[in-house]
Amino acid sequence: MKRLKYDIVIVGSGAGGGTVAQELSPLCRAGLRIAVLEKGPHLRDEEFTGRELEMAGALYEDGGGFLTSDGAMTIAFGCAYGGSTVVYTGTSMLPPERVIHRWGVPGLTHADLECRARKFMAENNAHLIEDRLINENNQMFVAGCRKLGYDVQQFPVNIKGCRGSSLCNLGCPNQAKQGTDRVQLPNAERNGVEVVTRCEVLRVDERSLTARVAAKPEGAKGDPSGWEPGDYQIDAGIVVLSAGAVNTPVLLLRSRMARRLPQIGRRFTVHPAFIIVGEHARPIVNFVGHPKSYYVDFAESEHFVLETCMYFPFITAKSMAGFGQSHSAFMRAFPRLQMILVLACDDADEVNRVAIDRAGKPVVHYRFQRKAIDGLIHGAFAAAKILFAAGAMRVHMPVARETTIEARDAPRLDEIATRAEFVPGQTPVSAAHPQGGCGMGSDASDSVTDSNGRVHGLPWLFVADASLFPNSLEINPYVTIMALADRVAQRIREEVPALV
Amino acid sequence: MPAGLDPDIFKAVVSTIVPEATAFDRQAWDDLEQIVEALLRGRPEALKRQLRMFLRGIEWLPVLRFGRRFTRLSLAGRTQFLRQLQNNRVQKIRVGFWGLRTIVLAGYYGRPQAAQAIGYAARREGWEALR
Repeated sequence: MKRLKYDIVIVGSGAGGGTVAQELSPLCRAGLRIAVLEKGPHLRDEEFTGRELEMAGALYEDGGGFLTSDGAMTIAFGCAYGGSTVVYTGTSMLPPERVIHRWGVPGLTHADLECRARKFMAENNAHLIEDRLINENNQMFVAGCRKLGYDVQQFPVNIKGCRGSSLCNLGCPNQAKQGTDRVQLPNAERNGVEVVTRCEVLRVDERSLTARVAAKPEGAKGDPSGWEPGDYQIDAGIVVLSAGAVNTPVLLLRSRMARRLPQIGRRFTVHPAFIIVGEHARPIVNFVGHPKSYYVDFAESEHFVLETCMYFPFITAKSMAGFGQSHSAFMRAFPRLQMILVLACDDADEVNRVAIDRAGKPVVHYRFQRKAIDGLIHGAFAAAKILFAAGAMRVHMPVARETTIEARDAPRLDEIATRAEFVPGQTPVSAAHPQGGCGMGSDASDSVTDSNGRVHGLPWLFVADASLFPNSLEINPYVTIMALADRVAQRIREEVPALV
Repeated sequence: MPAGLDPDIFKAVVSTIVPEATAFDRQAWDDLEQIVEALLRGRPEALKRQLRMFLRGIEWLPVLRFGRRFTRLSLAGRTQFLRQLQNNRVQKIRVGFWGLRTIVLAGYYGRPQAAQAIGYAARREGWEALR
């Protein structure tokens, strides 16, 4: 096993790790050695082809097929230089004030988070895109919402030079999305931070990490790692875990420290989601243009958020319920399809958690709560109403006995879409916002870290990713993750003299 | 066949889940199988074994209810049987069917020809290509 020594090691390069790397990088000029260890590959620009299965295999954990322990929900998260910021749509939302207040983390204020969030929104070019670049899939959502009197809002998105490929979730083929792979990590590297890809951290011990660098598989995308393949022991003055809300708790659970921290893996939330698809009589512009431009926020009143979306053939087919003729009929109508994502707000509880199996591999235990199911049902109902109001002839409804609903049946939607039709393992539910598992709080009895991401009782160990959330954020999370990571970086800068 | 799956049963399942596959030629089946093989490559042997057993169950269980094996049923009969799996009260059976359905849909809709057939044509050039 090779042995290396760094002053600071950051595990993961997504919204959390990339931000911490940038914010600490000026310390390299003072002679500190900082490394970012990233499990995934670093793809070259020309390798972003937009081909669905190829890109999912290259950029997502388990190719996008990571399942909960009962197999009833897929959780999608990135595994690449830039983490999930490579595969999100770039929707840039400030942390909701009501949520931060409800979290009630001592020392964490909404004003502080908002200030930091705005800094990163500006740095990553988050803005409202011009009307002429809004496609019909989004325009029809707005029209439908306005007819129904819903308060429809436009998402700021962090793009620069977007050509409207609509392939955001497969990694932008035009390098327009301003994730940490485009902004924070290159800045950090320019200042002297070393980013090592294909490097999986296996465990964390007292100021030390065990990692394995994989060789680039034959025919795989991305550059080889900067380090030789093999096992490494890395000594570090400070360790920052930013491997995401699944893998950060897993790293801690594999270590001896887990015994002192009973809340590791607990309070896991994920925003379970599904899509509602409407079929129009004529082709609409749907797979050209930014896919996610508008939303309606019912989180406070009815526990759901509706967002525009447009997926690719396989993921669309998988996300619709059923099979056979009616399923195929919707797929054949692809150029006439309008899609809405229903995203439910779940609550941290005692059941939903991240754990490890005997081999130390991640296991996510997740049970759908009544609140989340109600959010999905009410959201499906509202989405179908929007689609019909926008002129859809029929709607695919995943929570109905007969999943195809004709426009003439629209007045009976509440009889057709019912709670009884939500069946885990049958209703196609997926999620892309894993949160919690290393929540912030007061002490080890209620949390894993303090409000600056420092693990209770371990002054050298920090967490900086969505696992810090003590409960669901109820909106797209990357800006809040960056704001929290910025707090973590500030605390580390203050404490470097004592810790390194 | 990928992961040692029985080709006749697998093709009958694919053609029931995506009826368009009944018109497949040899090349289209090869393309679909290649995708499924790539998806299963590197997955645990236990999962592949479960998949083989699940397919075998699909072939023989209809004998109890319909008096015929799955591959000998009409499209309507096959559809009815798979619906029973999809809606089964036992979650493990529903999830097993869900996994099989996912593999089939990936194999079918992961082919560029399928995207073309359904009119999906997203391109890097986005708006420029449209104009």
